[in-house]
Parts: sequence; C-alpha cells; structure tokens
Amino acid sequence: MSETQAEKTVDSRGAACPGPLMDLVGAIREVDSGTVVALLSDNDQSLVDVPEWAAESGNEVVGTEEAEDHYRILVRKA
Amino acid sequence: MTRDVVIVGGGTGGAVLANDLADRFASEIDAGDVRVTLVNDSDDHVYKPVWLYVPFGKREPSDGRRPLRDLVDSRVDVVIDRVTDIDTDAQRLTYRDGSGPGRYDKLVLATGSRLAPEEIPGLVEGGHDYYTEEGALALQEELLSFTEGHLVLSVIGSPHMCPAAPLEFVFMADDWFRKRGLREDIDITYTYPIQRVHGNPHIAEWAAPLMEERDINVETFFNAEEIDAENGVMTSMEGGELDYDLLVTIPPHRGIDLVEEAGLGDRGWVEVDKGTLEAVHADNVYAIGDTADTGVPKAGSVAHYQAGVVAQRIASELRDRPATEVYHGKTVCFIETGMDAASYVEFDYENPPTPPAPSKKLHWAKLAYNESYWLTARGLL
Ligand SMILES: Cc1cc2nc3c(=O)[nH]c(=O)nc-3n(C[C@H](O)[C@H](O)[C@H](O)COP(=O)(O)OP(=O)(O)OC[C@H]3O[C@@H](n4cnc5c(N)ncnc54)[C@H](O)[C@@H]3O)c2cc1C
Repeated sequence: MSETQAEKTVDSRGAACPGPLMDLVGAIREVDSGTVVALLSDNDQSLVDVPEWAAESGNEVVGTEEAEDHYRILVRKA
Repeated sequence: MTRDVVIVGGGTGGAVLANDLADRFASEIDAGDVRVTLVNDSDDHVYKPVWLYVPFGKREPSDGRRPLRDLVDSRVDVVIDRVTDIDTDAQRLTYRDGSGPGRYDKLVLATGSRLAPEEIPGLVEGGHDYYTEEGALALQEELLSFTEGHLVLSVIGSPHMCPAAPLEFVFMADDWFRKRGLREDIDITYTYPIQRVHGNPHIAEWAAPLMEERDINVETFFNAEEIDAENGVMTSMEGGELDYDLLVTIPPHRGIDLVEEAGLGDRGWVEVDKGTLEAVHADNVYAIGDTADTGVPKAGSVAHYQAGVVAQRIASELRDRPATEVYHGKTVCFIETGMDAASYVEFDYENPPTPPAPSKKLHWAKLAYNESYWLTARGLL
C-alpha cells in the first residue's frame, strides 16, 4: 500500500473509543494550520467519529487507508 | 540476597498493593529474603473522591487525608521521598533525597495523574476545578456565594480521573441550587469533547435524558481552545463560543514526566499489557492505577483491582511459579445524580455497564464507601 505523506502520526492502535479521536484532537492542537496528521486506529468507530469531528471543527479528512489490521486516517488542520 | 520490590506512589493503588504484598510475603520479609518499599512524595495518603463534595461545603479536604504510615503494614518500608530518575536497563532508581533503595528486582509505578491546565491558553487564570485540594477549596468559595448567572462545566481533558465526576458535579449543582431556591437564576451548561455526553456510550445514553429533564444545557464536540478570563468567554476548536460567569473544568491530565523520560510511554502514561499490567518497554516493571495505559477509566476501583493482580503476579514470579492472575478491566463506580440520590456502574473489557435508576440507597452506599475507604487502603476491605 502506498502511504500518503503525513507530517505527524498518532498511533492509537489498541485504544478503545473515544481514545483515538481524543488522541487526534490532542495532536491537532499541537500542530500548525495546514499540517496533515495521520491517525492509526484499529477501532471501527473511528471511521465515523473522525469524519464527524472533522466536519464539526472545519478540519479536513484527506484520506483513509486500510492496512491489514488498522486504519490510517489523514486529517489536515484548517 | 534480599530481593527488592519497590512501589512508587502511595495513593490508592500503591497503598493497597503494599499491604497485599506485606501479607503474601510476611514470612519472607521477616526472614530478610524480600523487602517491600513504598515511596511517596508526601507524608499523607490522599483520598481524592472527597474533593467532589468540598465545593458544596459538604466535606473538607482534611476528610480525605491520613498519614500514609498509619495505613500501611509495618512490614513495609515507607520512604517519604520523590523518585527523580528511572533506569530500566540497570534496574536502578534515583531519589530527590536519596533515601530509597537504589536497585530493584520488581518495580511498580503507581504514580497517578497530574493536571496540566497550562496546555490551554487562559485556563490557569479563568478556570476552577475540584480535581486538586486547592482547586476544590477555591471553588467552594466561589460556589457558596454564586446566586445567579451561567455556570459552565467543561470537560477538557480525556482521559481524566473518574469519568463519572463531571456528570456528578452538574447533577449535584442542579439539585443543590434547586433546594436553595436559586436554580431559576442560574443556567448550567455541560460541555464534552466528543459527540455524546460521556465516553462510554451506555453511560451517555443513560445520562443524556437526565440532563434534559434537569434543564442542563449540553454542548458536545466542544474541545476548549482558549479561555478569555477577563471577558468570561471560552472558545472551542470546533468554532463554538460560550460566555460564562463561573467556569469549572476538568483540565487536561498527564502522568509524571519521568515515565516519558524513561521511555515507558507518552504523556506520562505507562504502556502496559492490558491483562498482565507489565510495562511493554521494560522488564520487571509493572504499572497500576491511573498511570497504566489500559484504556479503562482512571478510577480508584481500577487501581485497587489492578493492585490485587500485580501482587499475585509478583509473588509468583519471586517464588519461581507461573504468574496466572490477569486483569479483565473490572471497574466499579458510584455516580451521584443529586445531593441525595446516586446510581452505580460495574463493567469490564467485555461487559458494558447498565446503570440502575438513581436511588437514595445508592447515594448512602457511596457515602458509606467513602467512610470505609480507609479500610480499603489498609487492605482490609
Ligand atoms: C474529584 C475526584 C473524584 C473521584 N471520584 C472517584 C470515585 O468516586 N471512584 C473512584 O474509583 N475513583 C474516583 N476518583 C479517581 C481516583 O481518585 C484515582 O483514579 C485514584 O486515586 C488513582 O489511584 P493511583 O494509585 O493510580 O494514584 P493516586 O491515588 O493519585 O496516587 C499517586 C501517588 O503517587 C505519588 N507520586 C507521584 N509521583 C511520584 C514520584 N516521582 N515519587 C514519589 N511519589 C510520587 C503522588 O504524590 C500520589 O501520592 C476521583 C478523582 C477525583 C479527582
């Protein structure tokens, strides 16, 4: 699988909901506008939680990649 | 040669574990084969759940403090000092005053959580909390004289200690103001970082209708970005804006910096195997309670159950037997739903909670537990 570039990766594999979303929120807090953050999560709920939160907060999901045992969701900070 | 078990942190997890080990190793300790040391950075053991009642004038912080030495078996070496460095390769510890054992055979980190309000601009100046002794006392002063305006309870940090406590605070505030005939002049708003009112969907489903019934406003997907203390305005990363007269928050939480410096995990939470509670990045190191990153709530009951698991595992390992005890995620919490009613949740990694309807009986059960907590810490309950 070819991976889209991200400036920061948050590994939330193994975390129960809402852990992955909260980890992403924490990471987005710390980066500059325009930065792409990759969230690694093996929780299906993240596929709903992250786009919902991104829509609400004005950030943009720029890609969702599926690896063997986890998802890699890319979010660009507004 | 004496084998050294060192526990860092004399809170709920550390005290229960030290007493449990003293019991299991009584004869080995008496014979000088095993030494159990409990290191804590202050003389007192602190029972934090008391702080929830302090802002309402129902308890004083001194109700939640006892000398650690009075709670711990005399077979345990209690060291009042602060661990300042952990070298997991050499299995060595460094102390502020140098008074604990340098080497360890088994190390258990039970160092809890600390608040990091400085991570949110304006929070130190603008926010109140009841998650520290000073915070609870300062809030007591504000709340006792608050007769009108907008009270906002904002959950900023997640994970944070006791996921029930923010719900408890708004339910108690609502009831407390009602009973004093002030509720009509006070608006209450509760904010939560994700799309529902609580991290656990079952608890959220139970709490949301109760909040509606009580006229508690709810703002979900609200992650505080900045607090303008001068003008009483809070903004969120999602673009929300809230005016407040009294702001109470659950600030961001972290573990101690040493954990990260020792390469044991991020933000001070020790990365552990969720069942065995062994550190992922070092041998002979365990973590229990708030500092163990298991995904279950940061609660005293969790620290208590985990202490039992780790005590059994360490006893087996030092006796060259297989360690069989595993932590299954058991969590138990009472949830106050007013000044004289409460509910209760019990769940684990596999089984979700089903909170019963609030009752007076459960409220008294919570108060009774708070009183008998000192027996828990002593290892008697
Ligand atoms: C307002 C409030 C209400 C709560 N209500 C409940 C409830 O109803 N039910 C429930 O189950 N839980 C509740 N909790 C959560 C509970 O208090 C914590 O989860 C629990 O105390 C965790 O225990 P612990 O042993 O991990 O850490 P702690 O009890 O916090 O103990 C950690 C200890 O380690 C010491 N320490 C830290 N670093 C060092 C170092 N480097 N060297 C030496 N010592 C060190 C600290 O000083 C402290 O004494 C509540 C918490 C709050 C704030």
